[in-house]
Amino acid sequence: MTGKTSIVLTGVGGQGVITAANILGKAAVNAKINVYVSEVHGMAQRGGSVICTVRMGNVYSPLVTTGTADAIVSAEPIETLRYIQYANKKTKVITSINPVIPFTVSIGLETYPPLKKIFEEISEHANLYTIDALTIAKDAGATITKTIVLLGALAATGVLPFKSDVLLQTILDSVPAKYKEINKKAFEGGMKALKKI
Amino acid sequence: MEIVETQPGKTKLLLGNEAITRGALEAGVDVATTYPGTPSSEIADTFSYIAKYLKNKGEKPQFYFEYSTNEKVALEVAAAASFCGLRALTCMKHVGLNVASDAFMTYMYVGCKGGHIIVSADDPYCHSSQNEQDNRYFAIFGGAPMLEPTTPQEAKEMTRIGFEMSEELKLPILLRTTTRLNHVRGPIILNKPQKPRGKGYFEKDKMLVTVPVTARACHSILLKKLEKAEKLSEKSPFNEIVNIGKTSKRGIVTSGVSFNYVQEAVDDLKLDVRILKLGMTHPLPRKMCEGFIRSCKEIVIVEELEPILENQFKEIAYDLGSDVKIYGKSTGHFSRLYEYNPNIVIDALSKIFKVKNPFLESIQSKIKLPTRPPVLCPGCPHRATYYAAKKASPKGTIYPTDIGCYTLGKEPPLEMADLLLCMGSNAGTACGLAVATDQKIISFMGDSTFFHAAIPAIIDAVHHNHDVVITILDNRTTAMTGHQPHPGTEYDGMGRPAKPIRVEDVAKGCGVEHVEVVNPNNIKETIEAFKRAIEFKGPSVVVSKSPCILLENRTKSKTREEKIIYDIDEDKCDQCKICISRFGCPAFYSEENGSIHIDGQQCNGCGVCVQICPFNAIARKKEVKR
Repeated sequence: MTGKTSIVLTGVGGQGVITAANILGKAAVNAKINVYVSEVHGMAQRGGSVICTVRMGNVYSPLVTTGTADAIVSAEPIETLRYIQYANKKTKVITSINPVIPFTVSIGLETYPPLKKIFEEISEHANLYTIDALTIAKDAGATITKTIVLLGALAATGVLPFKSDVLLQTILDSVPAKYKEINKKAFEGGMKALKKI
Repeated sequence: MEIVETQPGKTKLLLGNEAITRGALEAGVDVATTYPGTPSSEIADTFSYIAKYLKNKGEKPQFYFEYSTNEKVALEVAAAASFCGLRALTCMKHVGLNVASDAFMTYMYVGCKGGHIIVSADDPYCHSSQNEQDNRYFAIFGGAPMLEPTTPQEAKEMTRIGFEMSEELKLPILLRTTTRLNHVRGPIILNKPQKPRGKGYFEKDKMLVTVPVTARACHSILLKKLEKAEKLSEKSPFNEIVNIGKTSKRGIVTSGVSFNYVQEAVDDLKLDVRILKLGMTHPLPRKMCEGFIRSCKEIVIVEELEPILENQFKEIAYDLGSDVKIYGKSTGHFSRLYEYNPNIVIDALSKIFKVKNPFLESIQSKIKLPTRPPVLCPGCPHRATYYAAKKASPKGTIYPTDIGCYTLGKEPPLEMADLLLCMGSNAGTACGLAVATDQKIISFMGDSTFFHAAIPAIIDAVHHNHDVVITILDNRTTAMTGHQPHPGTEYDGMGRPAKPIRVEDVAKGCGVEHVEVVNPNNIKETIEAFKRAIEFKGPSVVVSKSPCILLENRTKSKTREEKIIYDIDEDKCDQCKICISRFGCPAFYSEENGSIHIDGQQCNGCGVCVQICPFNAIARKKEVKR
């Protein structure tokens, strides 16, 4: 798989997964690397399960072949496990530990598995990194930066074909001046959290 | 506004749909029209953003753009601009072309003058559609030259060059895309935008009046134009043979996004093959295809959905007397169903070319995961309308529904959607159900859908006195596709003030005698309104009017208005769970001990739960700054 980088980003509609995928794509263009980003629009966005893929380098398909993701970045624990078929033993799986309870669970039709079981299952298949993205985002100043925290963690894994500065600069370029500091803190918070693991 | 302000020659990451808009601007498009529909919406939305952006800067956009009432009107408006010599673009989702097809079929007979690109955004796998029809058949059916882009960059180039091709052939071009092109971002090299022509002139021409004698002549002209189009197809830069590895008698024929998966698969399987990559797929470059067939012993056809290339290649091979083996859907290697991906193509090619598939074992979760279907948002006024209508209606009531967010009312606990075919079908099927059964009928549609396709059915209900309740969920926007304006809103797609047409006025104008307008956030009044409408003999209309909560919250957030959220008083709460198991607001959740709570992050502050709680346990929590 030399010269190809495949990232899978997952979460729940409204969590900013599409925005994060778009930022990764822009960073690749800024680094002069070929890139395709696949998104989900329309009906699935209404609180549904969301998957975006980002492929960089010598690639043709925006979609990822199962078992070939370099990293899976997820804003929600069960959404990480839902797309585990993209992982292999070497895949870095970064997941936020903060669940968003599906409505099917709230009304008692289904059950949300214990977090411990979810994380054990992921660890069997890949390298798991759990991040309390919500708390780091809150500390940075806005919960909405949760996915920026995850991007920081992704940058710290070293799987990206460009330096973390390129990604941070791309993030800062895409937010209004008054939110730059918050986003910088969120990104650096994510980086630090991953390096601690 | 990077899409208009970036310097030509620079590379930008654009969505496939944005790339199409950029291509049209680089060709100097004068008139762009649409009816919004996933996965096509962002093409038109980009025109809308640009127009509003320029307006805010005090500049006038050089193009005209509109969200038309429906796809047929959109195509007619743009076709007329083309007849006046202007360049036009019309975009729609695949099923939109069904609506526009009446105009489309005869439009090919008369042809165009100014270049005209008609974008059909197909949706293999029905990501957000009611079917996965293959609109390449429309190109063959109507006689439209067709281009199928593989990447966002190619989508931009095909749009730009397509205008020239359209003018050369005097035929509109069908730019056929799929979700995985529309909603993929890729690097785009920008060319310089061209200045549009501005105003055109309509030269009278008897050949534009398709009475039978003209139509017969036009049909013959169309076939001649298609002969010319085939010659263009032979020379088209979008049709090419790509040789990979050592010289080989193995061939692959593909088009659109399938080419991406083929390249990925050939790379991963390390195959030596010749690939015929077709970008102009109607008319096919017959000579080029013949040459390709002669050069191969076996050919694999890789195309999503219908076997359109496959059947044509079999026909050409038959005419050539060739004994080439053609693999595809008819040999069972590929499916006519759903969207393709690298796995599907790798699996099929490894079987056909007898090489090992290195990706066979993919891991699956052993834990059963809860599903996460899309749901109506917390605070959505549709939920309140459904709750009230359900309370008011007798057992056995049928609820025909329509295309929009409100289709999500199908899910438990509301279960307020029983029948759906297409845009506007709620009202038409309501009429038929009233004829065929004695069950009560309450149908539902959105405001944009009402204008798009439901008015003729309401007239049918009035004229034949069908005993139906027709509900218009008037949330003041086209919500599902991204909050586009429609004929009922106070502004248009270019951000200009527009005359809003009121749903209730149209219903009355159609002759509906019982028309009531209610605010669904007042549950008691809404229940009463539905009761009165059900009791009324003959057609009645309930207009349930309350803006989309997402739109309202966005406005509040801009004006920094305070957000209201609600909370449960645990001392008063009896844990009856009506808020969860009957009303179904996703902001509610219960703890293991049975206590019910509202997630403040999710609550959008509609306050309807306060009215449905039998124990008065829900109250305004606090006002929080956004």
